[in-house]
Amino acid sequence: MDLIVTGLADAVARLARLDADLLQAAEASLTTSGMATLLSVITGVPIGTAIGLGRFRGRTLLLALANTGMGFPPVVVGLAVAVVVWRSGPLGELSWSCTRQAMILAQYILAAPTVVGLTAVAVQSVDPGLRLQLLSLGATRRQAMWIFVQEARLPILTAAMAGFGAVISEIGASLMVGCNIRGDTRILTTAIALETSKGEFGAAFGLAFILLVLIFAVNAVTTWAQQRQRPS
Amino acid sequence: MLAACAPQARGEVRVGTTTTVQDSGLLDVLVADFEKRTGWRARASVQGTGAVLAVARRGDVDVVLVHEPAQELAFMREGFGRRRELVMFNDFILVGPPGDPAAAKGKSVEEAFRAIAGARATFVSRGDRSGTDVAEKAAWQRTGLAPSSPWYLESGVGQAQSLIVASERKAYMLSDRGTFFGRRNALALEVMVEPSPRLLNLYHVIALDTAKVPAANAKAADAWVEYVLSPDAQRLIAEFGKDRFGVALFEAAAGKREQDLR
Repeated sequence: MDLIVTGLADAVARLARLDADLLQAAEASLTTSGMATLLSVITGVPIGTAIGLGRFRGRTLLLALANTGMGFPPVVVGLAVAVVVWRSGPLGELSWSCTRQAMILAQYILAAPTVVGLTAVAVQSVDPGLRLQLLSLGATRRQAMWIFVQEARLPILTAAMAGFGAVISEIGASLMVGCNIRGDTRILTTAIALETSKGEFGAAFGLAFILLVLIFAVNAVTTWAQQRQRPS
Repeated sequence: MLAACAPQARGEVRVGTTTTVQDSGLLDVLVADFEKRTGWRARASVQGTGAVLAVARRGDVDVVLVHEPAQELAFMREGFGRRRELVMFNDFILVGPPGDPAAAKGKSVEEAFRAIAGARATFVSRGDRSGTDVAEKAAWQRTGLAPSSPWYLESGVGQAQSLIVASERKAYMLSDRGTFFGRRNALALEVMVEPSPRLLNLYHVIALDTAKVPAANAKAADAWVEYVLSPDAQRLIAEFGKDRFGVALFEAAAGKREQDLR
């Protein structure tokens, strides 16, 4: 009991004085997970749209692969990225081992399938009659797809947020490829694990609080988007 | 017939020990032999020394095998430990990247640290109050320097992974001999300094005092203590690593006094 009370008091004090380690971990989490999500959206929305609306062979297989990717175990992704970026690995020349770039790559692999899969479902849920209508009005295929994406923008935002939510709470891959270096690759989740193992419960509680606030913010945006979409 | 020879099943010993013991591979060997010989089962929880002693204060282990004497003596003074015995030792060495950009090779640890700081060469620290971390911080203190980022990295992971960080970042690092030689083949690192006199890394076993920590099991703790001090375990420790790495990673020290080791 004592431990929890003193830990919470310490956490409040650290948050109040904007403790540098806490802020650095929050910044590192937001930067790496934000970049990974951004890259997932840039690549995942076009791919998801193509899979959702396309009529080509193998699209069901691609969708199944994306759905599988949503369940990739983070430590397996961490292992794969680690051996690739180690100096002895195929991308060793980049010197990405224990860097944010490696963490962004690992988190991208974790987030992108979610964005692809949910985008595909989102564009499919737009009224299929719209497509015929657009084509009959003389729209090119490319223009028609763009209109579909616009129609489905809120579900796509949800897809992006789901991707972000998955990687911001992730620890296994980020620890393996980032090495938890203080002030650099030490993010909220890896810092919580380290502070807990050191017995610094105040710092761990403070970091956990920031992480929960971030996750709440993500879900608030998603919920707002979903509610706005409801026909009035 | 075999069942008749096997020792009677007894229960579980909760052992708190450190990443250097696990990462060198010794822990698995000791646990397997302990279980075979005594009939007890051992459940090891592995963290840095500071964290292991924190877990012990909460009563989540029965016995600890750790390597940071100052924290251990404080633990004994506070009454948490009933008996503390020297089990084994090795020493700390400075390792670094081939090419030695800071020209640290062959110096004393303190001179080498000054050279590293002067060259702002990358240095990896555990930064987690483990035995290795405390030994490293003490060496920095002797130089009178305060190492700082960006060249001084605090890795926040165990000993073996920290060595990988040092290898990948072409950095210097203080390591225990056991973990370094146990992993040498996977690392692009060389021995830079072998301090003389040796910078000893002493491992003590401490049985928890049930008067202070009622959740600890005294019988279980004693079984582990007696095992690691036994001639069988001491022989295992002294031989460990010779077959796979060509060198012993630890030296047996049961019954010896600290001042006799140097």
